[in-house]
Amino acid sequence: MHLVVCAKQIPDPETPPAAFRIDSAKNEVIPAQGIAPVLSPFDAQAAEAALRIKEKAGDGKVTVISLGQESAQAAIKQVLAMGADEGVLLSDDAFQGGDSYSTAHALAAAIKKLGDVDAVFCGRQAADWDMGQVGIGIAEELGWPVAIIAKDAQADGGSMVVQRVLADGFETVKMPLPAVVTVSNELGDPRYPKLQQIMQAARKTVTTWGPADLGVDASEIGAAGSRLKLEKLFQPESGAEVELMEGETPAEQAQALAKALRDAKII
Amino acid sequence: MAQDVLVVGELADGQLSSVTEELLGAATRIADGGKVSVTLLGSAAPGAAAGAFAAGADRACVSGDAAYDEFRSDQWLAAVEAALDQTGAAAVLIAQSGVGRDLGPRLAFRRNTAVAMDCIRVENVDGGLRATRSAYGGNAHATYSFATSPAVVTVRAKSQDPIEARAGASGETVELPAAAASRTEITGREAAVAEGLQIEDAAIVVSGGRGLGAPEGFKAVEELAAALGSDKAAVGASRAACDLGWYPPSQQVGLTGKVVTPDLYIAVAISGASQHMAGCSGSKTIVAINRDPEANIFKSARFGIVGDYKAILPELVNAIKALD
Repeated sequence: MHLVVCAKQIPDPETPPAAFRIDSAKNEVIPAQGIAPVLSPFDAQAAEAALRIKEKAGDGKVTVISLGQESAQAAIKQVLAMGADEGVLLSDDAFQGGDSYSTAHALAAAIKKLGDVDAVFCGRQAADWDMGQVGIGIAEELGWPVAIIAKDAQADGGSMVVQRVLADGFETVKMPLPAVVTVSNELGDPRYPKLQQIMQAARKTVTTWGPADLGVDASEIGAAGSRLKLEKLFQPESGAEVELMEGETPAEQAQALAKALRDAKII
Repeated sequence: MAQDVLVVGELADGQLSSVTEELLGAATRIADGGKVSVTLLGSAAPGAAAGAFAAGADRACVSGDAAYDEFRSDQWLAAVEAALDQTGAAAVLIAQSGVGRDLGPRLAFRRNTAVAMDCIRVENVDGGLRATRSAYGGNAHATYSFATSPAVVTVRAKSQDPIEARAGASGETVELPAAAASRTEITGREAAVAEGLQIEDAAIVVSGGRGLGAPEGFKAVEELAAALGSDKAAVGASRAACDLGWYPPSQQVGLTGKVVTPDLYIAVAISGASQHMAGCSGSKTIVAINRDPEANIFKSARFGIVGDYKAILPELVNAIKALD
């Protein structure tokens, strides 16, 4: 089986809110000083799902693809260190500034170029913009079925059996391959690469493809292909000051809170 | 300027779901005199049309085919596309639910247009749709316009107000085709719903986080909820606590869990990561109980106690009981 993992490098979602800044003239996030970008956590779980399938099958290939700047090599290397076999970086100025549509369009073209792909794994959403569209978009571009928000995925002959997380429970679906799966945190923690794997991954070559390699139209990728126009990016105003309950003992603090809530007619 | 709007309706217990009523409220406002249509799919759909007219729809696009009872996105997509062709709507509103998370992007990609997900504000600006959503875990808000039509938006539950019900209102009914075969077979379904009051419906939600230190910590959280009244208060959990297996995922409050808007939200040993705040920031009053005075949760809270929940919660139970 040939499995593809789509990986995105994002600003560290654990960045403290106090270090978060926006350049409102450019409508862009200013990267926080000294905090390195990371592989989007849901994408690490997507890689984990693909690697589990490859291991269970005993053979197969996992290719990791990222669309981003040269720095996204680090995200690719991380998935290679986890156990992926090959890496592809879609990096070109023409790919930059895109929305989910143009990103999915380019990724789908890269998957077509790989040719023999059986399944694609994406995180349920990138933890920066939290849109959750690209996996579904790739499926639509390729005409493949998709199961989203997976906590488990198993290859079963020519099908993929996926356990999905719903608001009120779980659902198991079966769909024919090739197919797309988007993976949620309920899958469990992704593996930590061993030092030896990190060193091996560092030596692996990552293939870089540009628009010409994919045969995509420049008007369909990056900022030119965007259907969604960002009008304004801003920081929401924070709420009122917190009133901290005074007291020498937990009992006094608790009584003060109960009284404050009663006085405000909340309880 | 007027624009026609299509709402993708969802049914619950044979009725219009509450989020569908909210979407119809938003649709009525952004239509600005344009026509509001709604899709109603599944065996209960024909009976739900009257409720949709009362909630603001001018036209109901209906199929009573029972194959639509369970959501399969390829089947629903075909039905919504048919409704779009019939109504020519310039904007489509879908709930940010299990339906919208799947159908929103599919519809947008299928129609070669864009979707903005999980929006908290939708406006009609000069006849075009503007949608605002939270990004970077709530640290930023982003307002979008659309270069293509129709503009597709998924809308966060409880971010929009329904209109006052128009009793006895009627409208046009259009028949949608029955469901085609699906490529996706649903082979199993397992309910994981807490008994009793649901967190989305509760007037008070008491939630516990990773700072509880152990799953046993939820006992103290449950006792506090019980003291506040089992008919009013329900128990939630942060994603970190759910990921650790301390509490069921059905009770998760946050960006990837449920959105709650109770009158009172009590966050116990929750740091207040923005992914959590996305699920509770619409609460009328937030109370934070946390050992760390620097915890982010205090920035959103109206009342707070800095201290160890193990010592505070039993005393708070006593203090609440002493009020009555």
